[in-house]
Amino acid sequence: MLRNKERLLTLLLISPSVLAIAVFVYGFIGWTARVSVSRWRGLLPDYTFVGLANFARIFGSHRFQINMWNITVFTVLFIAGCLLLGLLLAILLDQRPRREGIFRSIYLFPMAISFIVTGVVWRWLLNPATVIDRLTGLNLLFHEAGLGFLVNVWHMHPRFGMAAIALAGVWQMSGFTMALYLAGMRSIPEPLLEAARVDGADKVQIYRRIIIPLLRPITLSAVVILGHISLKLFDLVMAISAEGGKGFSVDVPAMNMWFTTFRAMRFGQGAALAMFLLLLVSVLAVPYLIYSIRKEAQL
Amino acid sequence: MNRRFFFRILLYSFLVGAALFYLMPIYVLLVTGFKSFAEVSLARMWHLPSSLHLDNFIAAFRVLAPNLLNSLYIAIIGSILASFLGSMNGYVLSKWKFRGSNLVFGLILFGMFIPYQSILIPLVRFMQSVSLFGGIPGLILAHVVFGIPITTLIFRNYYAGIPTAMVESAHIDGAGVLRIYWHVMLPLAIPGFVVTLIWQFTSLWNDFLFAVALTTPRSWPVTVALQNLAGSHVVEWNVQMAGALLAALPTLLVYIFLGRFFLRGLMAGSLKG
Repeated sequence: MLRNKERLLTLLLISPSVLAIAVFVYGFIGWTARVSVSRWRGLLPDYTFVGLANFARIFGSHRFQINMWNITVFTVLFIAGCLLLGLLLAILLDQRPRREGIFRSIYLFPMAISFIVTGVVWRWLLNPATVIDRLTGLNLLFHEAGLGFLVNVWHMHPRFGMAAIALAGVWQMSGFTMALYLAGMRSIPEPLLEAARVDGADKVQIYRRIIIPLLRPITLSAVVILGHISLKLFDLVMAISAEGGKGFSVDVPAMNMWFTTFRAMRFGQGAALAMFLLLLVSVLAVPYLIYSIRKEAQL
Repeated sequence: MNRRFFFRILLYSFLVGAALFYLMPIYVLLVTGFKSFAEVSLARMWHLPSSLHLDNFIAAFRVLAPNLLNSLYIAIIGSILASFLGSMNGYVLSKWKFRGSNLVFGLILFGMFIPYQSILIPLVRFMQSVSLFGGIPGLILAHVVFGIPITTLIFRNYYAGIPTAMVESAHIDGAGVLRIYWHVMLPLAIPGFVVTLIWQFTSLWNDFLFAVALTTPRSWPVTVALQNLAGSHVVEWNVQMAGALLAALPTLLVYIFLGRFFLRGLMAGSLKG
């Protein structure tokens, strides 16, 4: 047990961090909440209370409705793509092919690069020109491979432009789910699989009945992590199309917040958007955090 | 036997096909980067360069050099400071738990999940009011504070693996809390530092949102400069691509040579110790 003086010392060790988090996370969230119910427009702060007017304004706007559709399309495709591709690659690598390490490194390396860098490349790969002599990027590749029917306008598509962004997102993050799943597969006790084999289960059955069900907690973690990345999506879209595509075809809430706040100087509305984003992410992250820490405390 | 052979062929074709998909953007970056100005055309985007030219890289480096330096400065200092704070927190929160320490841990961790948009307006106002807006020190401060959750998580999990009995016996032998941290935990925590340093270096190097909100052009890190370059119509797309490769190079090198540790940071980030 610690004497009082030493107890104080341990608290002193964490106090700089606790203070910093208290101010920069919780204090600032409170401050943003205050701005979100203020009239503040323009360069000078104006904290006149206006109730929920900013929220009403935001929720009622056409742009916000497009934002919600876009982020939904992205989230569904991005999470599904990362989970499926990640699981497939993990199963393939679990067969212990030669040069496994090299394949694994290739699938994972996009994680190390920023969305801004990959956005620069994807901006050209997803070039929306569809006229034959102006084709470039993936469209050009499709055309030359005789897959002309695949040529499309990518992120400029009015309803499913986000699918093109999701393609870039899956490229970047599927290695992450692959790594999680592979680590999970490798940690399953061998005797368990051996017993199944002795009972006459074939490979497909072992994956379907034993391994994949055991990976469920990993899928949960992956969905929370990918989900919060997806709701916060900003850099990647900014790099591929800072204008948000064509007629907001790839405009997302975080971009709306950015332009509303720091370009249009509507701080009150920007803060309202930010609070809404925080709420979305909290719904996902808070139960997960509580669950993780509780589970750990039981061990 | 034949069936087995068939499956192996299928396996390798899938693996190679997937590898081509992941390498495709890098291929485009490389072949475009090495073409001469005369040879670059959108219609020949996928073609190999006739010979290796450095025109594009030189042009891109000329523009981005100061920003690459800024990034290096920000990423190195920021990751060292955040790692250090994280190691102290991890030590206390794993070895000297107190009433409510799990709650404190959870409240710190939440900072990792929040959309930074929800603190951005106050952050900018705060930096302006303490005269740190626009420059590199302010950006580093933001990175250090918001790096605390992940570094604390990594170190707490790391220290949890060190037997508590060791800490207790050192304590019974008369070593104080600080001595144990300095002489017992820190030396054992070197691998933990490697993980957090690499993870923080990569995240700080790759950050865009804080940088674009908190810095003015002179202090831009490479991500913001690159985004600006890519948005301009004056700079040709081949130079943009060469610039993108330059901006990606440091973290790619870290990944290639220290990938093992990078992976550990990744796993820790998913709350699985």
